[in-house]
Amino acid sequence: MLEIRGLTATIDDKTILNGIDLTIPPGEIHAVMGPNGAGKSTLSYVLSGREGYEVTAGSVTFYGQDLLAMEPEERAAAGLFLAFQYPVELPGVGNANFLRTALNAIHRRRGEPELDAVQFLKLARGEVKKLAMSEDMLKRNVNVGFSGGEKKRNEVLQMAVLKPKLAILDETDSGLDIDALRIVADGVNAQRGPGFSSLIITHYQRLLDYIVPDRVHVLAEGRILRSGGPELAHELEARGYAGLVGESAEAA
Amino acid sequence: MPAVAETLDTVRAVTGSTYKWGFETDLEMDIAPKGLSEDTIRLISARKEEPEWLLAWRLKAFAAWKTMAEPHWAKATYPRIDYQDIHYYAAPKKGGGPKSLDEVDPELLRTYEKLGIPLREQALLAGVEPSPDDRLPMAVDAVFDSVSVATTFQETLAKQGVIFCPISEAVREHPDLVREYLGSVVPAGDNFYAALNSAVFTDGSFVYIPKGVKCPMELSTYFRINARNTGQFERTLVIAAEGASVSYLEGCTAPMRDENQLHAAVVELIALDDAKIKYSTVQNWYPGDANGKGGIYNFVTKRGACRGARSRISWTQVETGSAITWKYPSCILQGDGSVGEFYSVAVTNNCQQADTGTKMIHIGRNTNSTIIAKTISAGRSDSTYRGLVRMMPKAQNARNFTQCDSLLIGDQCGAHTVPYIESRNATAKIEHEATTSKIAEDQMFYCRSRGLSQEDAVGLIVNGFCKDVLKELPMEFAVEAQKLLAISLEGSVG
Repeated sequence: MLEIRGLTATIDDKTILNGIDLTIPPGEIHAVMGPNGAGKSTLSYVLSGREGYEVTAGSVTFYGQDLLAMEPEERAAAGLFLAFQYPVELPGVGNANFLRTALNAIHRRRGEPELDAVQFLKLARGEVKKLAMSEDMLKRNVNVGFSGGEKKRNEVLQMAVLKPKLAILDETDSGLDIDALRIVADGVNAQRGPGFSSLIITHYQRLLDYIVPDRVHVLAEGRILRSGGPELAHELEARGYAGLVGESAEAA
Repeated sequence: MPAVAETLDTVRAVTGSTYKWGFETDLEMDIAPKGLSEDTIRLISARKEEPEWLLAWRLKAFAAWKTMAEPHWAKATYPRIDYQDIHYYAAPKKGGGPKSLDEVDPELLRTYEKLGIPLREQALLAGVEPSPDDRLPMAVDAVFDSVSVATTFQETLAKQGVIFCPISEAVREHPDLVREYLGSVVPAGDNFYAALNSAVFTDGSFVYIPKGVKCPMELSTYFRINARNTGQFERTLVIAAEGASVSYLEGCTAPMRDENQLHAAVVELIALDDAKIKYSTVQNWYPGDANGKGGIYNFVTKRGACRGARSRISWTQVETGSAITWKYPSCILQGDGSVGEFYSVAVTNNCQQADTGTKMIHIGRNTNSTIIAKTISAGRSDSTYRGLVRMMPKAQNARNFTQCDSLLIGDQCGAHTVPYIESRNATAKIEHEATTSKIAEDQMFYCRSRGLSQEDAVGLIVNGFCKDVLKELPMEFAVEAQKLLAISLEGSVG
């Protein structure tokens, strides 16, 4: 369960998030949509603990823990995962090695047994197969020379291996063709269940045709201006942000 | 690869003082009085029961040294060294010569056990083959201060005609070979430290691989400085005859001490027609404390001569230790079609200073050299790559490829690249690539968001950065080297 209360955050003294309230119960998938500059990526970075953002008010609890007091790696061990909008290249670091090191770091922090190379490869190969990816993916260096689509698929593979309780997808759909979009969606849908929830951050409604969310929230000017069911995404697509945001502002 | 996971375990295991090889062994020692004079040299020569010619050679080198000035062109600053305030000979009283392991002082054996060096020939002598999950058999020459205390597997190697012994023993047992090759690559008066070494060298390893023999196991020498105020001046000579091949590895550690200690070694390699020598170094001398107090001055001359056609010499080094490193393992590519390679990782942290690189001298036709140098600087350290590629007039179609990459951690360290390129042959081709980068904030965050601690993340990124070099190391040592990198950089972030 993720509970965000009155979250306000600044970057270089500029307020980007201005009092966000959002609750994601276990097992639910929520989409946050919004125009450029609404604070979507800032929200994902603040939740995952990136440096450079200052939280000036509000609270975030994650399964009862104060998320904002934790280091990024502690958040990962607590079950939080961020699929990056721009996955980062790590030259010379093999993907399998990276994933195993990450998985074992998480296990160690949780006091769970670590996986040896054989156990890990079995697990990773299984996930690769489920996602209809090539095993090559494990041998290559992390994101080096990957196409945009491959990078996003690699994020989904990492998510599948690390099995988070909450996955934040930060514009994972941007720059994806329809086939890649489907693979990413299948990857998320495969995780769906009572122990998995997701926060999907997106600019377009397109991804939500494949991952049907339980709730949709509209983020603009650093606040959630409207919330609704999946139909809200279609309404947005039809009327644009300007219409919705304007209407909401008038109503308020 | 499991190695990285092990690296991380090692980092976690090490807390507080990060130099775990810094202990001291308490032994009864035979130590020469401080100071350098002809008498000191005569004493060393007498202790080693050397022939007259070698004493004469030493004295000549000493005469040359007295006329030379300490070089200060390297990018390193340190106080003047008082050469009269050093002991030039220190040997454990017991076990002062490589006999059987049974005769070696048990305290010494325990020291090497603690350092993780396999001096376990006993099993083999007793006719017990090492079990498959043991380390690969490796012959070790263990040099403790000024003398070799044990050399393993000598008999096994001798069956194939391979000579692997302390150089002082080679002087006695194989005088013709030593006389022919000693100083033939690094002449006694080559430079200040080489001349000093030639005058006072105490021990080191001698390797001879006869014609057509592929050395059946890895050879290695493990250098340990233990005694206080003592310099270590070892001399290594490796000869691969026609068609022979050998892989040789050296490792080095020293106790943690507040004063600086001098290490001035000379290594000479000779490869005849079609011979191959692979020489790997994992250098982990005590680097001094976080404020730059203590540590080894590592002033070393290493040079290989590819005398024969199609011969190959490959230097691989992982340099994490020493307060100051001054070291340029080089290749003289004399034989037509000969190949020289230099793969280097140099890590400096805290107040360490390293000025290291290589020289590739192309003399023969169709000679080829490759230089891959990775420099990692952290803390307030300073690291310089200095390399020379020289194409001589007869080096038709010679080629060189050089790649120098520097990685900076933090904002108080320095990295410099100083390439010297000289071509006197129009058909020669020389390529040089260089990059400097920092560990990016987004790389760190990416790793941490996947559960890695800051130190794990740095270890992973640095190991990735060095991969092209680490893969050149013998497998066993690649693992060791990865651990070392992680430990050397501990505390450099956060």
